[in-house]
Amino acid sequence: MSLLLTIKLALTNIRTNKLRSGLTMLGLIIGIASVIILVGIGKGATESVTNEMSGLGADLLTVYIYDGQTTISYSDLDDFLGLPNIDAIAPYKSLSASVSRGNVKLEYFNLLATNENYLDVMGYDLGEGRPFSEIDIENSTKAVIIGNSIAEKLFNLTDPLGKTIKINGDDYTVVGTLTAGSSMSEADNILLVPLTTAKYLGSNTAVSQLYLKTDNAENVDGAAKEVKSYVETNYNIDSDSLNVYTNTGILESMKEVSAQLSLLLGGIAGISLIVGGIGIMNVMLVSVTERTREIGIRKSLGAKRRDISKQFLIESLVLSLLGGIIGILTGIGCGALINTIVAYLGYSHIFALSPGVVVLSFSVSAAVGLIFGSFPSYRAACLRPIDALKQE
Amino acid sequence: MIQLIDLTKSFQMGEETITAVNHVNFQAEKGEFISIVGPSGSGKSTLMNILGLLDTADSGTYLLNQEDVTTLSDNQQAVIRNAKIGFVFQSFHLLPRINALENVMVPLLYHGYSEKQAREKALFYLDKVNLLGREKHLPKQLSGGQQQRVAIARALSCDPEIILADEPTGALDSKTGTEIMGLMERLNEGGQTIVVITHDMSVAKRARRVVEMHDGNLKEGEDPQ
Repeated sequence: MSLLLTIKLALTNIRTNKLRSGLTMLGLIIGIASVIILVGIGKGATESVTNEMSGLGADLLTVYIYDGQTTISYSDLDDFLGLPNIDAIAPYKSLSASVSRGNVKLEYFNLLATNENYLDVMGYDLGEGRPFSEIDIENSTKAVIIGNSIAEKLFNLTDPLGKTIKINGDDYTVVGTLTAGSSMSEADNILLVPLTTAKYLGSNTAVSQLYLKTDNAENVDGAAKEVKSYVETNYNIDSDSLNVYTNTGILESMKEVSAQLSLLLGGIAGISLIVGGIGIMNVMLVSVTERTREIGIRKSLGAKRRDISKQFLIESLVLSLLGGIIGILTGIGCGALINTIVAYLGYSHIFALSPGVVVLSFSVSAAVGLIFGSFPSYRAACLRPIDALKQE
Repeated sequence: MIQLIDLTKSFQMGEETITAVNHVNFQAEKGEFISIVGPSGSGKSTLMNILGLLDTADSGTYLLNQEDVTTLSDNQQAVIRNAKIGFVFQSFHLLPRINALENVMVPLLYHGYSEKQAREKALFYLDKVNLLGREKHLPKQLSGGQQQRVAIARALSCDPEIILADEPTGALDSKTGTEIMGLMERLNEGGQTIVVITHDMSVAKRARRVVEMHDGNLKEGEDPQ
């Protein structure tokens, strides 16, 4: 008998027992749908954690040259952009100065001279005002961007934008303030000046420390190697005097959390699929018992063992695949619904559909049908025609 | 064409062993119309099941067209049931969920015919039993006599060497039963070999040859004509 005909026969039998087939499939539908939803939420969570971690610097490289003499001149910095996976450069110099406004005075304050990329590279949010521009760097503008705590100390509750503070006695205009608590509180105590402005504070524009932002936290390790060998070759520094830090620890623990989450979800998925599969096996066994006489008749008409086993196996497969497909659609639907609801509540999406899990769910449904259908169909095939016919 | 040599089959019933078929020798030639008659429990159904390869004997030889079929595998027996034997059962044994035409198509599809060929052949045999026009009916929408005619069409569909009918009129009223036996007679006149098993002498007498079964023993009955 042809495969198409066997599938048609299976569909007829499934339709004949609508309620039973429906309930059996429900087990699998719930199983597959929860896999899609859970893995989707897991993926969504991992994505948002990855974003969060990038804010913590998982995608960041820190280059330190500490032989005390070698520096990278400001004009050479752009060369680093030619290295693979490097998106942005933020050189910085740490300078000590006295900062004051009126009666408030901060002695030996550590301020940073840097370029226009610093906020972006570090993941700091500008609350008010503007970031540094290239013009600030070119003109050595006496401009500052300050963190929230500094703003409170120097300006109390008044708006600091456009006002001046004194650094080593010179006037500097506040052009921007950072959002309170943005990306860890270290941003709150920061005071930034344009890199070239360092010359007014007893320094120059050659740097020995810089941050490099990579395009993806995954590529950090590879990029670190490239950068290290680039600096070693071009600046003739031995590796003892050069350090290229990565925050791979963060990345590693992020990956670990992600893997454990997947394992947990996989476990839940596995259990629900086994339960669904047992449901299918149960129903197929009932079906074989119920249709013993049909098997007897078919055998008397010349059905071979494989004809009978094929019939029941295909039926089990059709049942599980139907359940699987409905489950996949239900899962995607629920995921979309969840995203709509959280979007309505003002949060970003928490469900991310991965095509891999859809393909996997489909294959698993097929496997469930085959595995849990094989025992009942084997039993059906082995019935002796005379015993099967006697059954009423 | 059919030859049973010293065939024996017994069952265990609690402590007791019942010999349903006791060293039976039997021969049937092509074109014969034989009835095996006997009271219930005489072993005739067991004999029929062995003849139809639905059951196996404990000892003895069964030759079908000179071929020893007692030692064949499950699948080889299935092929013979499909191609060489047509069954007609007392309770029709039609598949309830598919219509008359599809019922007749079942053995043809197992035989390897395409769906189209099987449909054509099935319609041909449904015509032969005068059921054209009812091929789309489900078994439960047909009368007992019509169902038995569908079963006969199904038995004929793969052009078998022999039709084995086990109490073919047992579930029918006498008028319908007579019609069914009339159909059997016409088939036999067309050359079809038929073996009917019955406990009803009036049915048995329609056959050209009657053999009697009693306590597992077979003996030639007197010529009914």
